[in-house]
Amino acid sequence: MTKSPLRERKVPKRDGQILGFVHSTESFGAVDGPGIRFVAFMQGCNMRCQFCHNPDTWKKNVGTEMTTDELLEKALPFRQFWGDKGGITLSGGEILLQIEFAIELFTKCKKLGINTCLDTCGQPFTRRQPWFGKFQRLMEVTDILLVDIKHINSDEHRKLTGYRNENILDLCQYLSDTKKPVWIRHVLIPERTDFDNYLSELGDYIKTLKNVKKVEVLPYHTMGVHKYHEMGIKYKLEGIEPPSSERVANAEKLLHVDDYQGYLD
Amino acid sequence: MKQMERETSQKAWDDFKGGQWQSEIDIRDFIQQNYHQYNGDESFLEGPTEDTRILNDELTKLKLKERAAGGVLDADTKVVSTITSHGPGYLDKQREKIVGLQTDKPMKKALMPFGGIRMAADALKSYGFEIDPETTHIFTDITKSHNQGVFDAYTPEVRRARHYKIVTGLPDAYGRGRLVGDFPRIALYGIDRLVQAKLNDLDNYGDQEMTDEVIQMREEISEQIRALNQIKEMAASYGFDISKPATNAKEAVQWLYFGYLAAIKQQNGAAMSIGRIDTFIDIFVERDLKRGLLTEKEAQELVDQFTMKLRMVSFIRTPEYNSLFSGNPIWATLSLAGMGMDGEHHVTKTAYRFLNTLSNMGAAPEPNITLLWSQKLPETFKRYAASVSVESSTIQYENDDLMLKQWGTDYYAIACCVSAQPVADGIQYFGARANLAKTVLYAINGGKDEIGEAQVGPAYAPITSEYIDYDEFMQKFDAMLDWLADVYVNALNTIHYMHDKYYYESAQLALKDTRLDRTFATGISGLSVAADSISAIKYGHVKAIRDENGIAVDFKTDKDFPKYGNNDERADEIAVWLVKSLFTKMNKHHLYRGSKLSTSVLTITSNVVYGKNTGTTPDGRKKGEPFAPGANPAYGAEQNGALASLLSVAKIPYKYATDGISNTFAVTPTTLGHDPKLQEDTLVNMINGYMKNNGHHLNINVFKRDTLLDAQKHPEKYPTLTIRVSGYCVYFADLTKEQQDDVISRTFHETM
Repeated sequence: MTKSPLRERKVPKRDGQILGFVHSTESFGAVDGPGIRFVAFMQGCNMRCQFCHNPDTWKKNVGTEMTTDELLEKALPFRQFWGDKGGITLSGGEILLQIEFAIELFTKCKKLGINTCLDTCGQPFTRRQPWFGKFQRLMEVTDILLVDIKHINSDEHRKLTGYRNENILDLCQYLSDTKKPVWIRHVLIPERTDFDNYLSELGDYIKTLKNVKKVEVLPYHTMGVHKYHEMGIKYKLEGIEPPSSERVANAEKLLHVDDYQGYLD
Repeated sequence: MKQMERETSQKAWDDFKGGQWQSEIDIRDFIQQNYHQYNGDESFLEGPTEDTRILNDELTKLKLKERAAGGVLDADTKVVSTITSHGPGYLDKQREKIVGLQTDKPMKKALMPFGGIRMAADALKSYGFEIDPETTHIFTDITKSHNQGVFDAYTPEVRRARHYKIVTGLPDAYGRGRLVGDFPRIALYGIDRLVQAKLNDLDNYGDQEMTDEVIQMREEISEQIRALNQIKEMAASYGFDISKPATNAKEAVQWLYFGYLAAIKQQNGAAMSIGRIDTFIDIFVERDLKRGLLTEKEAQELVDQFTMKLRMVSFIRTPEYNSLFSGNPIWATLSLAGMGMDGEHHVTKTAYRFLNTLSNMGAAPEPNITLLWSQKLPETFKRYAASVSVESSTIQYENDDLMLKQWGTDYYAIACCVSAQPVADGIQYFGARANLAKTVLYAINGGKDEIGEAQVGPAYAPITSEYIDYDEFMQKFDAMLDWLADVYVNALNTIHYMHDKYYYESAQLALKDTRLDRTFATGISGLSVAADSISAIKYGHVKAIRDENGIAVDFKTDKDFPKYGNNDERADEIAVWLVKSLFTKMNKHHLYRGSKLSTSVLTITSNVVYGKNTGTTPDGRKKGEPFAPGANPAYGAEQNGALASLLSVAKIPYKYATDGISNTFAVTPTTLGHDPKLQEDTLVNMINGYMKNNGHHLNINVFKRDTLLDAQKHPEKYPTLTIRVSGYCVYFADLTKEQQDDVISRTFHETM
């Protein structure tokens, strides 16, 4: 038991509250879950997705330290924009690396009647204890999840992100079994994920899940490339252009995007 | 005679629910008694008729031809425009359901020298026309114009302030505009009844003692009666007898349009708004639909063709005027929906029909469609409006809940770009704006202009230390603000006195109550620049860099400082303080004709010109760079996303700025959501949230930056691309290159 998710990490605290490492916040998130949402991008991720447009969120234990109250205080002024669907989204980085912070924040949110959304790639997921118990507690206070499936093929997944995908698909299974609403998102990258056979396979897989409210194809874009240059990291997708609208439409067809209309309810 | 009159009225009023409106001139009461709420969706709407389509194509062609010709195809150079100066004019008589043009030919500009003969001559000249020497002679040697009157009375101090552009855009050479006539009065009562009512007011005005006030007012009422009779005469030239009430929807629209037409024939006001006529027209349409006199298709045709007339209005302006208000706007502002005082919404099918004109005839800058937004409007209507915004970017939203409370009536309309005005008995004296960013520099430089280097303000001791001390600055700024308030109010008092004397708006005022509540409008430009500059001085440790004459021409800040637009109280409270403070100082003054002070934070497109004439400011803005428009935060100041910026603007108290607080918002479609339904949801929630926080006004533009870049390069591909700028709409192609750059560089709300 040397790998990080199972080792009891010492959770940083201030004023009796758990501290989170926040990369940045956005007051106007309209594509990060239902309605208009306040989005907190948390610091730290294990995966090294080749297409990641936020490599500046990879590093752990850096960024702005905030207690859950401080983050709430920053979000609450915007409450009147949220309507009856919007709320707060925790995103990353990989939020599940700061699971204790997420539990504390979302527990407070639910007390205040705020809709909670978790944007995750699922990489830290495991059914082993004590982590799984924490995850279950988090699910009690989470209304909806945005789950990225980076690649349906585990070998390809590893090439693309550095990790295999079995536990990520297991997360999807668990959420399906417990009927937790999810939006599935898939980044369409020419030469990496944009292959009909993989897309069909992913489409078939998503069909087996019972909790999917929306499936989104996110066309790969190059807006984050400058960050790699600034940070002096080699960008592995150099030369790959965003997919054509025809390919996006093709992917949407193979993933049966139109079959998932639950998000409109 | 009396008996017969009553019978005609009664016939015209058949099937209307009676009330006080029958014995008094009271459009609001008529609306309250008779309007039909609509709670359904847009599925009933009809497309354009064949005639509308042909007329619209014809008009679009003419407009493109006009643009290609440099802005003007034809113009009167001799005949001075009055209500009755021209015979009838048509676009295509056989197809027009609603008739009436400013002159005798479509697109032919009228000659309007009453505001200023030189301005009229210069405007003609800049488009290659020469004014008739006889007309010049009459207005210079025999009588005079408003402009001459103002300059006869201006003090040297006002002239200096004007010349160095610390106050700019003053209506001292053109019509002040901003009066909304209660145009439905003609339709409901007919001209004769309105004349009777005014004669009655004339009989009862004053108690025999002829004070200045009584003399002025009695002369004005007489002018109003004259105007009413001229409106009747003008309508008769088109073959309509409007002495009696309109008997059906087509007449009602035509009658009220004649009232508006008279106003634009007489006045080239900076804003010539049509008012709030949707529920009124709807009542007549509903009656005709019930009587089987009209189909939905025909009802839409009336609304389309009336709207087309509003799209045709234009005035000939000088290039200087156009650089302030680009795209030649006339603010035929049309206010839609809103709530009644009784808590019932005023959404009718006709509000939908007006929005539908945008899809039937394509997007266009006029009329300036303003949706009076309340939390309580039906969701279906909100969603439809949002969908029109996503589609066309031509709607502005204003907070009805806020305005209803402030103005105490539900029968108000937007009188310009964003200013509310009670339709029956409210008027506004338009007052352009004062430059607060420049005032910051005057405080530092002891009243010397940083560009002209002349002594414009009072010669107070300048700040001479290398680093600017906050307390010292505030003391000097306060004194300079006192001076600004003085000189600004003095200029406006002069202007409105002369405007009443030489360019009285008899047509519009004939269609209002005789006893008026007057508002004295003023305005602020450079709010964000001033607020951020003061924040820089307070928190950023600002060093002044001076030229050889000791004028501070550049600034360096050692530390970060909070900026307006991030929902950061430290900066936002400075912006709030600025508005309250200038208001309070101006409010100490005598204001013309007992009017009540209001101010605005809106700049139209003049933010570019104001910036051009203002030196480098302590917030880091360089000399000549545009200000942010209206009450918007500075370019690039916001670090916390779009909603944080909205919350900052919403803090500016409407109580002090009842003339309007304009916020222009540009967003890419994909930021709003990945499909149309989500985009509508997002817009509705965003507007709701802004208004719940007491935000006053929001322009919404939905387009990609790439589209604008492409439109700048290939204007021929986007002849009618319409965008919202501060408080109005404009064809993107009609903006100057500088203004286009300004719009493109403005904060676009985009997600990563």
